[in-house]
Amino acid sequence: MEIIKPHTKIDFVGKIKYALILSWVLILIGIASAVVKGGYTYGIDFRGGILFQMKFLKPVSAPEVRQALKEMGVAAGAVQNFGSESENEYLINIEKTVEDLEQFSEKVREHFIAKFGKDSFEMRRTEIVGPKVGKDLRQRALMAVALSCIGMLVYMWFRFEFRFGLGAVLGLVHDVLITLGALSITNTPIDLPVVAALLTIVGYSVNDTIIVCDRIRENMPKMTREKLGNIINISVNQTLSRTILTVGTVFMATLALYLFGGGVIHDFAFCMLVGTITGTYSSIYVACPVVIFWEKLFAPKRKGRR
Amino acid sequence: MMKNLKWRAILFAVINLVAVVYLLPTFVKMPSWWEDYLPSEKISLGLDLQGGMHLILGVETEKAVENTVERYSSDLEELLFNEKIPFDHVKKIGKDRLELQIVDPAAKDKAGRVLDEKFSVMKKIKVQDTSDGVIYILGLDKREIDHIKKSAVEQALETIRNRIDQFGVAEPTIQLQGEDRILIQLPGIKDPKRALDLIGKTALLEFKIVDDENSLDDALKGKVPPDDEVLYQREVNRETGEVKKVPYLLKRKTLLTGDRLVDAQVRIDSQFNEPYVAISFDDRGAKMFEKITEKYVNKRLAIVLDNNVYSAPVIKEKIAGGHAQITGRFSPEEARDLAIVLRAGSLPAPVIILEKRTVGPSLGQDSIQQGIRAMLIGSAAVILFMIVYYKWSGMVANFALVLNIVLLLAALAGFRATLTVPGLAGIVLTIGMAVDANVLIYERIREEMRSGKTLKACIDTGYSRAFLTIMDSNLTTIIAAIFLFQFGTGPVKGFAITLTIGLIANMFTAVAVTRVIFDYFVIERRIKTLSI
Repeated sequence: MEIIKPHTKIDFVGKIKYALILSWVLILIGIASAVVKGGYTYGIDFRGGILFQMKFLKPVSAPEVRQALKEMGVAAGAVQNFGSESENEYLINIEKTVEDLEQFSEKVREHFIAKFGKDSFEMRRTEIVGPKVGKDLRQRALMAVALSCIGMLVYMWFRFEFRFGLGAVLGLVHDVLITLGALSITNTPIDLPVVAALLTIVGYSVNDTIIVCDRIRENMPKMTREKLGNIINISVNQTLSRTILTVGTVFMATLALYLFGGGVIHDFAFCMLVGTITGTYSSIYVACPVVIFWEKLFAPKRKGRR
Repeated sequence: MMKNLKWRAILFAVINLVAVVYLLPTFVKMPSWWEDYLPSEKISLGLDLQGGMHLILGVETEKAVENTVERYSSDLEELLFNEKIPFDHVKKIGKDRLELQIVDPAAKDKAGRVLDEKFSVMKKIKVQDTSDGVIYILGLDKREIDHIKKSAVEQALETIRNRIDQFGVAEPTIQLQGEDRILIQLPGIKDPKRALDLIGKTALLEFKIVDDENSLDDALKGKVPPDDEVLYQREVNRETGEVKKVPYLLKRKTLLTGDRLVDAQVRIDSQFNEPYVAISFDDRGAKMFEKITEKYVNKRLAIVLDNNVYSAPVIKEKIAGGHAQITGRFSPEEARDLAIVLRAGSLPAPVIILEKRTVGPSLGQDSIQQGIRAMLIGSAAVILFMIVYYKWSGMVANFALVLNIVLLLAALAGFRATLTVPGLAGIVLTIGMAVDANVLIYERIREEMRSGKTLKACIDTGYSRAFLTIMDSNLTTIIAAIFLFQFGTGPVKGFAITLTIGLIANMFTAVAVTRVIFDYFVIERRIKTLSI
């Protein structure tokens, strides 16, 4: 079976202008969403606070849970269904940083016991993260993302050329920005697993770029008469089927994770889904334009050296 | 070439056999002879999969420094007293400094000498002559402060380890994290709150005398005598759960602390059938206790734990032998936990909870089921796709995929790595990425076949050309995973580990193993066409 027939000739390079517009629009929408909402939503890991996951053994509706929390002075937005509504399972996010968190969580538990009865619910998960730890983790997460980007740049520079490295890194910055935008639009909180997904995207986004760049590098000495734009076009076409296939299999596995992996891993899988798609797109439409642009910028020098 | 192929096949078969040997104990109950000679490690599940409590405690090391300086303060008073140097006061200023004022300026030389020779733990920062005598400001140098902080953390770690050991938790993790943090993981714990109380309690046991000479009522109104303090006894009504606080006016000076304890045991009071904790002191503690009870006969001796009064019985007579008891309407669990913390000793400084995560066992079960379901559906989709797209060669890739997962799981068991919820996601992701290598190779082979080369040449070029790309792409993902490992906490680390091991195993299964299969069919069976 073949999805992409051999000798396919799609003019990728000719459409760079539109692609750039599309990329910027997507990135700006994502940033605008974050600005309008006053920053990204952070999960408990990064902002600190209390998270409960409780499953009621009898039907208890979300408004009832909200009411119970309101009596404790907790905002109503804190309650979320976990899984389908009929399961009576809720995630409760409490953003408190001043009071003694441990004590407060105990108070909430006691209040729920008083209100709903002692054995009416099961506390499936309790997480308490102090503000100090949250801040610490936030810094370390940023550091990890930044360092791994630099790591990619150095690796690509070492294995290929600086311009490919630059292309790859701009590509993955593009992917991370768009994924962050998607997180903001869908109100998905950024927590540790999501950062894990972002870092995986950083690593995986480079994969497709490598496939394309590898071919460009292989073709360059063979096609000395062709313009760089044409070489890139030919290379992208030649590698198109493997690009689509490799992303396809990862996408399939991630989709299974997204649909069947359960609530704990849901946001992680969502992030990966967005990231794999933009990762493929960016290896063609971010990395390659950068290489061309670089060539235009420094071409005279190169000729001089030859 | 053929011989070479045979050896490669044997080598790979052995590697895979070893992997299966490592993996079996996780899934099947092994007979005892197996456990004697062969690896019997099981894949260990993270707290998020088996339930339990994850804690990060911060040791308030500043407080340890303060406590030490306070102790030095009374040491200094005693020293000056023994050396017969009259002084006005010794008091703590700020967190880590002492101010000493001696009355007689003529004693300055002697005081200076005594301080240098017998109180060298603190250095003179300032000496000031005033009309009322000489004022010394003494301080700790940075190295000493660091030392106090470091040993406070070490001692806290040791004490907590002791407490948890005595409490009885299977396979706890207790380790230092950074400079002043302690990471604790208690898998499968049933009563997290009780465990937390036990671990987090400072458990500073102090004996103080109740001040009957001054009025408690005045003190409660804010007029606390300078050498006194007000502490409370918490009385919980077992039926209604109501908490009553009974105030006590105590002399501030601590007469004896729990440092001198050698044992603490739960006993049952025969009269009221209530548990109490019997404590015994070491020789020096016993003598001190005897002296105290002799001196303060007919007064009340308050037993104070972490600034809570437990009881304040009247001393009827001098108590020799170094035995005492702590009563306080305990439940059996409370008495048992109290005995444990007293035996294990007090923490050198209070600890605060920085992070606490508890997962119930049922949620872990659900996560395992959902993870396995996602894994099965994900692999089914990928396997089906490979067969449809590459037919026979797809089957070869699928075989490699299964081997990849077997190796990954075996490595998890062998390295005693922990499988977490994100770790399961890492396995699913590995399934998706594993066949990438085969796709790269096969697409290259197809491309070569179009140029009309022989099958063997096509396979050779396909593998050699694709190999570098595969290595590059796996390595970049591994680099990102390493940064993730550096940054992450438990569950996320599990993800970084499975992904990294998965991709390393992938280089072996998807490239080396499939090559042997192709070579076998091309060289041995001399096939001329390839179903790809």
